[in-house]
Amino acid sequence: MSETAGTESIVGRGNREGARLFRQWFDGLGQAAEENRGGAYVFVMGSLGELLSTFDLPLVFPEINSLQTAVRHQAHDYLNEAEDVGYSPDICGYVKADVATQRRGGMLPMGRIPKPSIAVLTNACNTYIKWAEIWERMYKMPAYVLDIPASRQDGHPVNRHTPGFERDRKYVAAQLRELIVVLEQVTGKKFDVDRLRETMKHANTMSRGWKRVLELNQSRPSLFNALSDGTIYLGVCNGFRGHEAGAKYFDQLVEEMEYKRAHGIGTLVDERHRLLFVGVPCYPIFRRFTELFSEHGGTFVNSTYLWFASGGTNLGFEYELSDPLESLAEGLLTGVSDAMDSMFFQTKALVQMVDDFAVDGVVYHPVKSCRTTSTGQADSRRALMAERDVNSLFIESDMMDRRVVSEAQLKNRVDAFFEGLESRRNQAAAGLV
Amino acid sequence: MAYAAGVDVGSTQTKAVVIDEKGKIVGRALTMTGANVTRAAEEAFAIALKDGDVREEEVEYVVGTGYGRYKVTFGNTQVTEISCHGRGAVHMFPETRTVVDMGGQDTKAIRVSARGEIVDFCMNDKCAAGTGRFLGAASSALEIPLDQLGHTALRGERPVKISTTCTVFAESEVLSWLGKGKKIEDILLGVHQSIAGRSTGLAWRVGIEPEVTFTGGVAKNIAMIESLEKAMGMKVNVSDDSHYMGALGAALFALDHIFASRTPAASRGVTA
Repeated sequence: MSETAGTESIVGRGNREGARLFRQWFDGLGQAAEENRGGAYVFVMGSLGELLSTFDLPLVFPEINSLQTAVRHQAHDYLNEAEDVGYSPDICGYVKADVATQRRGGMLPMGRIPKPSIAVLTNACNTYIKWAEIWERMYKMPAYVLDIPASRQDGHPVNRHTPGFERDRKYVAAQLRELIVVLEQVTGKKFDVDRLRETMKHANTMSRGWKRVLELNQSRPSLFNALSDGTIYLGVCNGFRGHEAGAKYFDQLVEEMEYKRAHGIGTLVDERHRLLFVGVPCYPIFRRFTELFSEHGGTFVNSTYLWFASGGTNLGFEYELSDPLESLAEGLLTGVSDAMDSMFFQTKALVQMVDDFAVDGVVYHPVKSCRTTSTGQADSRRALMAERDVNSLFIESDMMDRRVVSEAQLKNRVDAFFEGLESRRNQAAAGLV
Repeated sequence: MAYAAGVDVGSTQTKAVVIDEKGKIVGRALTMTGANVTRAAEEAFAIALKDGDVREEEVEYVVGTGYGRYKVTFGNTQVTEISCHGRGAVHMFPETRTVVDMGGQDTKAIRVSARGEIVDFCMNDKCAAGTGRFLGAASSALEIPLDQLGHTALRGERPVKISTTCTVFAESEVLSWLGKGKKIEDILLGVHQSIAGRSTGLAWRVGIEPEVTFTGGVAKNIAMIESLEKAMGMKVNVSDDSHYMGALGAALFALDHIFASRTPAASRGVTA
């Protein structure tokens, strides 16, 4: 294979393959809906895909479905429909888009999703619990809530070598055993520990790959945009957790990033500013939002979204396959705790990220319809500024609702942010800072 | 002698200034923006030229700023009003480290370096409460002209607490206080204090570091100056040209370009 052919086949493969897997995943969901097979409704923070797929349950991620309506510029129709039946404009936009989806018999712009046979969730987000209660009322199906004791302290990652952690781990393991009984009842299938080992093995490959991919973006120029490209990788990370296809995808993604690094292929031709993104993306103008930064030569080298929305799998935690259930509990506790800490206690991690990734600027993006990820960002910003002399930008919009996204206001702030970054760059060049 | 110009096309008003090579304002203009933004910019520029007795060809560089900056079609480049207000404020008051700019639709808190560069900034989002528009609503409800609001408010002795911070609801809130028999001056003082409190909260987001310079159209309002000083617990700088601070900053950036064009490329240091 010639050098050019090699570049063409490898560079961008993660995005192409991610899109293909996404279509494949939705085809599978559509098939399940058609055959009236129920799915497992799960969330990105603690999906337990490894366990649920051993029961052959199609995985439905309502958060991902909802954000897709925004990316495809159709969210407003879904949001309006939910508001018309009484859901408040002030609650989570993902919930409202999902309510409208359920009222439409599972119809989404990407296809049809099956009804839930079971919902499996954690307390990582307080809205998850109220959301699952809506499905319980609609479908009279069980919702199993795993109570994950969070560390609620600044530290990254959670310290696994304490007596408190071991107590928490046992508590989570006991809940998993309970959940397995419920899953056996719902599906009529016996739990197969060997299948679990198999899915956990694939999950290990994915976690290892995900961590490596994120680390590789320390390269200069950066290899992928954590906001645009990263969200595609994240989709596979969640949707194919524990699948052979997911493991293969991440092996290949590492290969792609290693290749780009070796050949100096960056995500931008002229990378002028390396940025860190904090919060949830602005999906209603997803592409344009990234362009507001890339037009100035700015690219996102990392994002807290890729941490918490991957359920903490960015840590690269690998299961001990000789003792799968106990290890699954450890992985779930570690990942979900870290996902929560990535939202609530992120300062140390951000400081580390600024240093490791040679970050020039940090962009905070609180959103109206997710207070869980947004509350505290102003404080986090001040805490980070006290630790590191780095430019920052605080812009507010929404993850779903285009009615509260003002591109003119965003652009004005982004332009000013880059004027500050350029000014600092010029001063540095002149030896003034 | 070369001249530089800055045109600040705001949501409500368009401001233009012409400065000489020493950064001194020689001509200024203020017009209503209206629906035709380009025409408003052209008009303001023409008036500023006339005011300064400067011919258009003597102006070597023009910078557009404000929301309509891309409609300053005769301008050479654009800079955001955030950078421009910071630059203008430090030019007027060199010890400025925090700028509070209160305009028609937005309020900005800007932290600046000694060189006038932006260290950090914060603005109101999605809501015009805490901006000049809030005063406009009170003015309308109380039938008092905008330029008399400040003096009337200063007569207040027992300011009411304005519980809502929504501009749309400001009129009904003001009317409700009138219905309760409160004096107009006490209501108005309450309105000013409410805006000052909200703006101070915004400024704390970037960290208030003295000296503080108050810019924008609302800085002409004496009661707002006093309310802001009270809320911040310190004196604030206010220039007679506070209204033109964004346009002045733009003109100073234009001057940078003029000077940069006169020096060898390697030593140019245009800052925005």
